[in-house]
Amino acid sequence: MFGIGIIVFRETLEAAMIIGILAAATVGIAGRSRMLLGGIAAGVVGAIVVALLTSRIAEMASGTGQDLLNAGILGFAVVMLAWHNIWMSRHGAELAHQARQVGHAVRGGEKTLLTLFVVIALAVLREGSETVLFVYGSMAGSETSALQVLTSGGLGLGAGALAGFLLYAGFLRIPARWFFAVTSGLILLLAAAMASQMARFLVQSDVLPDMGSPLWDTTGMLSNTSAAGVLLHALMGYEAMPSGLQVVFYITTLIVILSAMRILRYRKDAISGF
Amino acid sequence: MIFNRLILCIGMFFSVTVLAADSEMVLTIREHRFEPSELKVAANQKIRLVVKNLDATPEEFESHELNREKVIPGKGQTTIYIGPLKPGRYPFMGEFNQKTAQGVVVVE
Repeated sequence: MFGIGIIVFRETLEAAMIIGILAAATVGIAGRSRMLLGGIAAGVVGAIVVALLTSRIAEMASGTGQDLLNAGILGFAVVMLAWHNIWMSRHGAELAHQARQVGHAVRGGEKTLLTLFVVIALAVLREGSETVLFVYGSMAGSETSALQVLTSGGLGLGAGALAGFLLYAGFLRIPARWFFAVTSGLILLLAAAMASQMARFLVQSDVLPDMGSPLWDTTGMLSNTSAAGVLLHALMGYEAMPSGLQVVFYITTLIVILSAMRILRYRKDAISGF
Repeated sequence: MIFNRLILCIGMFFSVTVLAADSEMVLTIREHRFEPSELKVAANQKIRLVVKNLDATPEEFESHELNREKVIPGKGQTTIYIGPLKPGRYPFMGEFNQKTAQGVVVVE
């Protein structure tokens, strides 16, 4: 029975980490909580719809429909996170200044809140649809009663949500002068991690070659099944045995977003409006 | 000169890909077990693995060694490409029923 809770916890953790990081990164923007909760709600609805349609999606593209859907979702989320970070690099200074003044939320943050909404909804949808399928399967199985499944699953979900909240609470304790550097750094790594996962789906469905797999193996040092490995995987896409294509996607994403942040960053003489 | 070599490299890359593809294997899930639980495959070859789930409940094919993870709906089937692989043993499991759903890809 506890196995059910552990699996639900693992599926929840990744989405919870993403929500925790994004919630921290958008502190001080008006209307943030509404967008955050809306994103979670939209994600849950989406997860149920995708779970219901899984059989049909699985049959698409000669059996690779799920991979293509996941790759598409991840690609879209990477673009949204990139957009968010670039926006923050332009408005971060303004936010840091205004966040200290109580009641003065930064205006003009609606667009970046929309990216927050979309990324959270997509993260919840992706991890949630697998959770819904798993919980449904466990309830349909005869070994465990529906009540036990729901109790155990609920505990797993609660533990995952708690982990995300603790992460968020931890971020809020970071001193103001480091705060934007840390949160935008984490979002950068999150985007790279998603790009790497996207690469794995494209290899799994034979859309792109793996370019050598595994490129290296650090399982002996830090296994992906260990607690630290799971955490680092969720936070920054750690893989003990990545394929060459995953590494290419990861590094390319880092370089592209960092360059865009540098080129478009806030300058006093720049014309604002983006 | 460099350009010609590049074209040659790309050409070789695609011809190798074409030659190596098209080996298909079927893996069945029945009562939360994989059949066969041991898949023997040739080294350095790409394999189209068709996973058929005869159970009513979904399963998740997962393998860190193969770097693969995919949900197979109940009474459904899916395709997972694996390889080209070096000789060795690559364990996989059904994440939703880990006690029983265990298997290994043996590359010779």
